[in-house]
Amino acid sequence: MNRQNVIRTLNSCAPALALLLVYSLFAVFAPPGFTSLRNIEAIVRQTTIVGIAALGMTLVIICGGIDLAVGSVIALTTVIIALLLQAGVPPLLAVAAAVAVGGFCGVLNGVLVTRLKLMPFIATLGSLLVFRGIAKGLGNEQKVEAPVTWLNELLRVLQPEHQWMLLPPGVWLLGLLSLTVFVVLRYTRFGLQVKSVGSNESTARLCGVQVDKLKVLVYGLSGMLAAVAGVMQFSRLTVGDPTVADGLELDVIAAVVIGGGSLSGGRGSVVGTILGALMMTVIRSGCSQLNLLNWVQQIVAGSIIILAVTLDRLRQRSVQAN
Amino acid sequence: MNDSSRSETLPRSGEQSAALPPRLQALGVKVQFGATVALDGVEIVGHAGEVHALIGENGAGKSTLMKVLSGAMRPTSGTMCIDGVDYCPANPLDARRAGVAMIYQELSLAPDLTVAENICLGLEPVSGLFLRRGEMHQRARAVLDRLGHREISTSAIAGGLSVSQQQLVEIARAIACGCKILILDEPTSSLSREDVKRLFELLRQLKGEGYAIFYISHFIEEIEEIADSYTVLRDGKLVGGGTMADTSRAQIIALMAGRQVENIYPRSQRTAGDVILAVDRLRGLTKFKVGSLTLHRGEIVGIAGLLGSGRSEFLRAVFGSDSVQSGSVRVGAALRTPTPAKMLSQGVGMLSEDRKGEGLALDMSIADNLILSAPERVTRFGLLNGGLKSAAARQWIEALGVRCAGANQPIGALSGGNQQKIAIARLLFHDVEVYLLDEPTKGIDVKSKMQIYELMDRLAREGKAVLLVSSYLPELFGLCDRIAVMSRGQLGEARPVSELSEHSVMLEATSTKGGE
Repeated sequence: MNRQNVIRTLNSCAPALALLLVYSLFAVFAPPGFTSLRNIEAIVRQTTIVGIAALGMTLVIICGGIDLAVGSVIALTTVIIALLLQAGVPPLLAVAAAVAVGGFCGVLNGVLVTRLKLMPFIATLGSLLVFRGIAKGLGNEQKVEAPVTWLNELLRVLQPEHQWMLLPPGVWLLGLLSLTVFVVLRYTRFGLQVKSVGSNESTARLCGVQVDKLKVLVYGLSGMLAAVAGVMQFSRLTVGDPTVADGLELDVIAAVVIGGGSLSGGRGSVVGTILGALMMTVIRSGCSQLNLLNWVQQIVAGSIIILAVTLDRLRQRSVQAN
Repeated sequence: MNDSSRSETLPRSGEQSAALPPRLQALGVKVQFGATVALDGVEIVGHAGEVHALIGENGAGKSTLMKVLSGAMRPTSGTMCIDGVDYCPANPLDARRAGVAMIYQELSLAPDLTVAENICLGLEPVSGLFLRRGEMHQRARAVLDRLGHREISTSAIAGGLSVSQQQLVEIARAIACGCKILILDEPTSSLSREDVKRLFELLRQLKGEGYAIFYISHFIEEIEEIADSYTVLRDGKLVGGGTMADTSRAQIIALMAGRQVENIYPRSQRTAGDVILAVDRLRGLTKFKVGSLTLHRGEIVGIAGLLGSGRSEFLRAVFGSDSVQSGSVRVGAALRTPTPAKMLSQGVGMLSEDRKGEGLALDMSIADNLILSAPERVTRFGLLNGGLKSAAARQWIEALGVRCAGANQPIGALSGGNQQKIAIARLLFHDVEVYLLDEPTKGIDVKSKMQIYELMDRLAREGKAVLLVSSYLPELFGLCDRIAVMSRGQLGEARPVSELSEHSVMLEATSTKGGE
C-alpha cells in the first residue's frame, strides 16, 4: 500500500518533470530573455485560454468522450460578447449570456452523443462546423468591433496601480477554476461517477449511475468552460472574431493527453492538464524566442507532443507491470 | 406467486422447509427473437442457503436465462418472483435493487477506480456535495473482512488486482448493496486451483449466511463439489433437474448432450513418427524462463502447469508471438527467431488462449476469420474471390458442425464453442502440420469439447502433431501421449502418460524448487 502510494505520487509528478525538462532545454538554448520573470508571466498569461478550455476537456476525456467543438465555441463567444457590448449590454451580463450559450452548445453535444447515440468524435466534429458557421453568420464573416470595457483588461499586463494583484485577473480565474474542477473530480460523487463512466460504462450503469444525464452535464460544463476561455480570447483580441481559435481544440486535447489523460477514458487529472497546457505554451514561446521559422516551430511542437505521450505510455506500462 | 404449486414439480434441496417460498423462482420463461425461440417455457428455482447449478451446452439458453434473471433481457412471457413477490426488472440496476446481482465472466469493475470506490459506486456516502472517503474505505474494509479477504487494500486500483481479487471485489460490491441472490457465470474459468478453493470456501460461507447462489459452469467436477441442486437446459428447453446427491456425473453429461456418453476422450491407435518440431533451450523474457521439447508426427504432447506458470508464454515464444532471449526452434530448417508469419509458412499454427482479444476478429464474418491466415488460397487473379471464400467457409462450418446463420455472419454473434471451432478451422484451412493449442476447450460446452477432442485425435492419427496447453488435468491425461510440466517458468521433461499420475503432475507443478 505504501509502495503504491509512492508510485502514485511519482506518477502525478511525471508531467511536472517533463515540463521542467522542456523548460530547462529552452532555458539553455534560447536567449536569456526566456528565463526572465516577465517571460514566465507571459507564458502563464498565454496559457490561460487553452488552460481553461482544457479543464472542460479533462472532464470530457475522463468520461470517455471528446469535444472537438471547443475552438468554435470560443469563436462564437467572442462574437456574441462583441455584439452584446455593441448593443449596450453591460459587460458582466454579456459574459453571462455568452457562457450560457456555451453551456447550451455543450448540452447540445451531450444530447447528440446520448440520444442519437453518435460517437463523440463524429457528433462534435459536426457541431464544430455548425457553431463556427453560426459565429460567422452572426459576425457577417467579419470581425465585430466592440466598445472598450474592463473585459479588455482580463489578460493584459497589469498596470502599476494594480500591481498588488501580482497576476492578471484571467490567470487568477484559471487558478480558481482549476482548483474547483480538481475538487469536483476528487472529492465529489459527481467526479467519481465521471471517472467510473469513462473507466467502465456498463458497470457504472449497473451501479445506478445515470450515465446519459451525466454525459450531458459533462459536455455542458465543457461548453461553459470553453465559453469562459472565449471570454479570455475576447479580452485578448478586444473584438469579436468568428475565425479565431481555429484548430485550438487540438492544442486543448494535446494538453489533456500530455497531462496523462487517456483517450479511452477513465484517466486524466487537472494538475496534469494544466502542466500540459503550460508545456504547449513553453514550446511555442521558446521556439519563437529562438527565432525558429513557423514551420520549424510546428515540427518541434509536434515532435515534443509525440515524445511526451510516448514516454507517458511507457511509464504507465512499467507501472502496470509492477 | 399464483403458480407456486407448480414449483413442486421441481425437486428441491432437502434442507428447505416446504412452507417458505423460494428465494427466486422463474416460471414458464419464454424468450423469442423473431422466429427463433431461445428459451421455451423454462423454470428455475433457487432457495436461500443453496447453490443451484445451471448446466447446459453453449447455445442451450443458459446465458439467455441468466440475462432474464439479472434484468439484462426481458422475457417474451413468463413470471418471476423473489420471496413470493412479483419480480420483473427492466434493467440490471432494477434487478440489483431487488437483490439480484450477476457476477460476469468478463469482470466488470471500473479498472481506474480504487477498490473502495468500486465497492461503493452508486451508493457513495456523501455529506452535502462531498464524498465521505473515510466512510467509503470503512465500508469496503468491512465487507472485504467479512468475506475473509483482509489482504485486499481498499485503496488499491482495481485494474492492478489479480483476476481472482477483482472477482472478489465484484462479489463484495454485490453484497455491499444488499443483494441476496448471486449469479456467477463461469466464475472459475480464469482462476488458479488455489483461488478456486478459496472461492468455494467463500461460496459455502455465503450459502451458510442464507444467500441464494446460481452457479454456471462447464466443469462438472466443480458443480459436483459446490452445488446442492441443478437444472439442465438443452436447446432452450428444460431437460432435467434435481439434487446433486441423487445424480451421477454420467447422468448429467447424458442430459446435456442428449445421449449417453461413455468416454469423452477418444484415443485411437497412434504411432509416433519423425521429429517435426524441436525446441532447444528456448529462453523467454517474461514468465517463461527456459524449456526444451521435441514433438513427433502422430503425437499429442501436453503441457500442464498452474495458471501463470508460463505455459502460454512458452507456446507463444515457440510460435514467435513473444520475443525470446535465446534458444532455437526448429521446424525442418533451423530458425533463429521465430515470427508468426515464418512459423505459419513452415506449417506451424497456434490457437490463442484469448479467443476474443487475440484469436478472432469479432466484427468480421466467419468466412473472413477463417481465411485470415491464408487468403491466397481463395484468391483468383490477385483478387479475393467471394465465391471461393464462402465455399471454404461452408465446407468447414459443415465439417465441424458450427451452428450459425451463414458464412457471412459476424463471428461475434456465435456462441463461444462455435467461435472456437472457427478459430481451429482457421488452422485446418491453413493446413498446418503442427497445432499449438492453448486451452482449446476453455469456456465451451461439453459437446463442442468432445468434437474438438475427436478432431485432435484424428489429426494425430493423420501424422500431424499437437502441442496442447491445458489447465484441466483429466483432459491432458485423456488425450496426450506425453505430458511435460511447467513450473515457475521451467519446462520439465515430457514423459509418457503411463509413467504419470494426476497427483505426480500436480506435485511437480506446485513444487517450489527451480525458478525464481
